[in-house]
Amino acid sequence: MPTIVVEVMPKAVLLDPQGKAVTGALHRLGNTAVSEVRIGKRFELTVDEVTDELLAEVKTYADEMFSNSVIEDVVSIEVQA
Amino acid sequence: MRIGVITFPGSLDDRDAQRAVRLAGAEPVALWHGDHDLHGVDALVLPGGFSYGDYLRCGAIAAHSPIMAEVVDAANAGMPVLGICNGFQMLAEAHLLAGGLIRNDHGNFICRDQGLRVENTSTAWTSDFAQDAEITIPLKNGEGGFIADADTIERLEGEGRVVFRYLGVNPNGSINDIAGITNERGNVVGLMPHPEHAVEAGFGPDTPAAMRSGVDGLAIFTSAIRALASV
Repeated sequence: MPTIVVEVMPKAVLLDPQGKAVTGALHRLGNTAVSEVRIGKRFELTVDEVTDELLAEVKTYADEMFSNSVIEDVVSIEVQA
Repeated sequence: MRIGVITFPGSLDDRDAQRAVRLAGAEPVALWHGDHDLHGVDALVLPGGFSYGDYLRCGAIAAHSPIMAEVVDAANAGMPVLGICNGFQMLAEAHLLAGGLIRNDHGNFICRDQGLRVENTSTAWTSDFAQDAEITIPLKNGEGGFIADADTIERLEGEGRVVFRYLGVNPNGSINDIAGITNERGNVVGLMPHPEHAVEAGFGPDTPAAMRSGVDGLAIFTSAIRALASV
């Protein structure tokens, strides 16, 4: 069955404390190549079939429930077969 | 005077909020997130806790609860609505208050008695305070960092809608030390610290006078009763 994948990231201008903590852990392991880690969310929606109506509905959910536009951006909505 | 306290799955401080309402002199009414009924209350408290385990975002799933339709309508009609901690996060997610709350900048959960300055005493929940009163009430959260875009911050500051500001130390990275805000009308207030845990001597924060004698939170609830009495 097809899957609709929605990806949400914290806004670039905002501090991402989770990412900062992981960046610190990498550096403590001795890594010097990674300057920044940012952590977002990935939603996988399993559906029977993908229609334009459903995609429009999912975009609404992505904007209004999966993300909070004050602090996050929806970076992609993709269909996987 | 009847003040409703809404219990969501994962609410922890609903009983404490009911007790604060009672000690302030009003009748607490237990409300349920799954109902479409405010049972005729005069004011609302959205209590603290970890609704839905803080999944998705703090307060985000609760903000889509059935009862929130009635809460939004009541707030827009002028009913006093208070959001404490997780309740503040819900009000932000429901767009009844500006901005958002994110993980504390230092990454740690924090639990301490926190000094605050009351900067707006014209809201439904702060009229019993003196202007710029300095109070101490408990703070306990992992995601209390208040953020908003620069325009929103400027508007909040310019319109005097910052109600509570952290004193002494900024515990979580909140922009401009903002601990609590109000809407344009002044009937909806949200704050991260917990006034309901500082309402009875013997169970509040320490004060210079005596251990656990702090009752600085009580005036939040008496303010709402006064606001309702004057309507």
